[in-house]
Amino acid sequence: MFENLSNRLQEAFARLRGKGRLREADIDAALKEVRMALLEADVNFKVAKSFVASVRERALGQEVLKSLTPAQQVIKIVNEELTRLMGEEAVGISFSPSPPTVILLVGLQGSGKTTTAGKLAKLLREEGRSPVLVAADVYRPAAVDQLRRVGDLAGVPVLTAAELGVKADPVRIARAGIEAAKRSGRDLVIIDSAGRLHIDDSMMDELRRMKAETSPHEVLLVVDAMTGQEAVNIAKTFDQRLGVSGVILTKLDGDARGGAALSVRAVTEKPIKFVGVGEKLGDLQPFHPSRMSSRILGMGDVLTLIERAERSIDQKKAQELRERLRSDQFTLEDFVDQLRQIRKMGPLEELLSMIPGTAKLKKVGALQVDERELVKIEAIINSMTREERVNPAIIDGSRRKRIARGSGTRVQDVNRVLKQFQQTRKLMKQLSGVERQLTKGNLRFPFLQ
Amino acid sequence: MVKNWLQTFKQGLRRTRQGFSERLWSLLRAHGVIDEELFEELEGLLLQADVGIRTTTELLESLRERAKRERIESPARLTPLLQEELLDRLRADSPGYDAFVTLMVGVNGVGKTTTIAKLAHRYLGAGDKVLLAAADTFRAAAVEQLSVWADRLGVDLVHHQEGADPSAVVYDAIQAARARGANRVIVDTAGRLHTKANLMEELKKIKRVIERQVSDEACEVLLVVDATTGQNAVQQARIFHEAVGVTGIVLTKLDSTARGGVIIAIASEVGVPVRYVGLGEGLEDLAPFDPELFVRALFEGQGA
Repeated sequence: MFENLSNRLQEAFARLRGKGRLREADIDAALKEVRMALLEADVNFKVAKSFVASVRERALGQEVLKSLTPAQQVIKIVNEELTRLMGEEAVGISFSPSPPTVILLVGLQGSGKTTTAGKLAKLLREEGRSPVLVAADVYRPAAVDQLRRVGDLAGVPVLTAAELGVKADPVRIARAGIEAAKRSGRDLVIIDSAGRLHIDDSMMDELRRMKAETSPHEVLLVVDAMTGQEAVNIAKTFDQRLGVSGVILTKLDGDARGGAALSVRAVTEKPIKFVGVGEKLGDLQPFHPSRMSSRILGMGDVLTLIERAERSIDQKKAQELRERLRSDQFTLEDFVDQLRQIRKMGPLEELLSMIPGTAKLKKVGALQVDERELVKIEAIINSMTREERVNPAIIDGSRRKRIARGSGTRVQDVNRVLKQFQQTRKLMKQLSGVERQLTKGNLRFPFLQ
Repeated sequence: MVKNWLQTFKQGLRRTRQGFSERLWSLLRAHGVIDEELFEELEGLLLQADVGIRTTTELLESLRERAKRERIESPARLTPLLQEELLDRLRADSPGYDAFVTLMVGVNGVGKTTTIAKLAHRYLGAGDKVLLAAADTFRAAAVEQLSVWADRLGVDLVHHQEGADPSAVVYDAIQAARARGANRVIVDTAGRLHTKANLMEELKKIKRVIERQVSDEACEVLLVVDATTGQNAVQQARIFHEAVGVTGIVLTKLDSTARGGVIIAIASEVGVPVRYVGLGEGLEDLAPFDPELFVRALFEGQGA
């Protein structure tokens, strides 16, 4: 996510490092690079211009902090400006005090509305709401089928024209859908509208009528993160003609430059509420401007990482593991268990990108993660007997051969897993030592001093 | 017929023209002389058309140099130069394809399925017998969407169950086409982000299956690109090209946007020619891309 922009910006700053004092020319040279980076990331041309201007002004106007080197100061300013550009605070869905809350999803064709509808329904269902999805796209062939499929996966009912007993008219479907939701005591209605061009008058009119008839609490514009300079126009036009309350940015899992994200917020002043980061239904996340900004600048996003870990790691299991580590009983079974838990947190590559400094490692090719490698490891461990997992020392040559055959791998692979296990075990032991020290409060990280 | 699509072409480009050439002309009129300020504004104009900073810089570099060398002083005389520069980059000697199999690829949501319907419609109009292969076995209801089109167009569709191996679908489709005497097979594939290595592998496998069945010249690989896409389109083109050898670009939704400048970047940075442009929602609205016509249409209706 935002990788290209991130790399480019870090390159720009690398040249400032090691300079004791920054002259105006140094700053200008760096800012020229920043501008290039922003433009390559599809940040709107005018937004890029004013961004660079305000960074320049602040960098030259003395905001001298003794604790920072000049380069760090510029990065700090860019970080703050980026955060400001993306909207400071995270903004969630505003729910209606008298349910059901109605959310209308709008956007261009192909921006990902239907998939997003399913993702949003799942996310909010997991937060304890009881949503329904309303299929108001009567134009695209099979759009209703797609929403039904997505709804099934999300465990959320889908209301269609046929089920509601109304004509295939978007406005009527939406209205009937809300009525039906009220009757069945649902507290959240998500309406999937047909994709349309912002310049299509009659289609935009239809949306206006839909809005008037359903008075939604949220009108969310779904925007493809790969959109170019047009993104700003799309957002502006939808907002002027319809009034939108927020933006959902999709397809951020590619190498999308995401410049649209930066621009849309700056131009419309409407918050980005969620970002779509994958094809699976669980791949929708709340948008945190400051975290995103530090990720762009290669400063990592430890907060999200911690949150993710808290959500997906079983506390009880973690406690058990700690016990076992202490008594030196960490086995291959625990090892595979750990792998599974980490994988539950999300794609490895994404997790790594949240750790400060990894962006650079990745660029030099030192951090190539292959998700399939994990599958292989799991297969190997699953091919062992229980006895072997508890006591790997007994795994001799012939056992290795058997395990390799059983898991469809080679003996070398089995050897590697066993070695990795030994290393992990050693590392775990050290870490549990660190933890003991931490709890006593006498540990100081060198980089926090 | 020819006049018809010419009309479509011009009409579809109306927005691009308004966004680009009208502003170009007012910019040139506002400047009495060629100076750095003018180039800066030209830069802004090209950037806003999604030409991208790299190609824009390069374009302006040669423009600057030529203006100097040819001692051009009036800003209005920069237009023919700019036209030439654009045309240079867009013109490609692409071999004419008479494809038996056309593989359609692209990221999610660019309009692959709709483009397939339009392409099938074109082929049908030329008297061909068309067969569609539903090799998008991933997206919910993708097969249904394609089968709706197949019904409307009255063409055969080969499909498997959702989640089936797309290569198997393609294999069957080619066999079926031969058995039924169809001379065009259009393959719909699942939208995939070019960054997903395993999905790109899947695509390579599909291509290999086709290569084993038909000769190189009989297989066309079209990358569908949404005209509203920004610089990411260049990366898409590059990676899809590396994976499956893209023979042409289809630029969709060009009617919707004042941009589309990214094709200039794709052509000059990746070297894949544009084959078709999508200019509207009707079945007729897919036009073969003609660089000369495109550039002329871009600058048309203006005078110094």
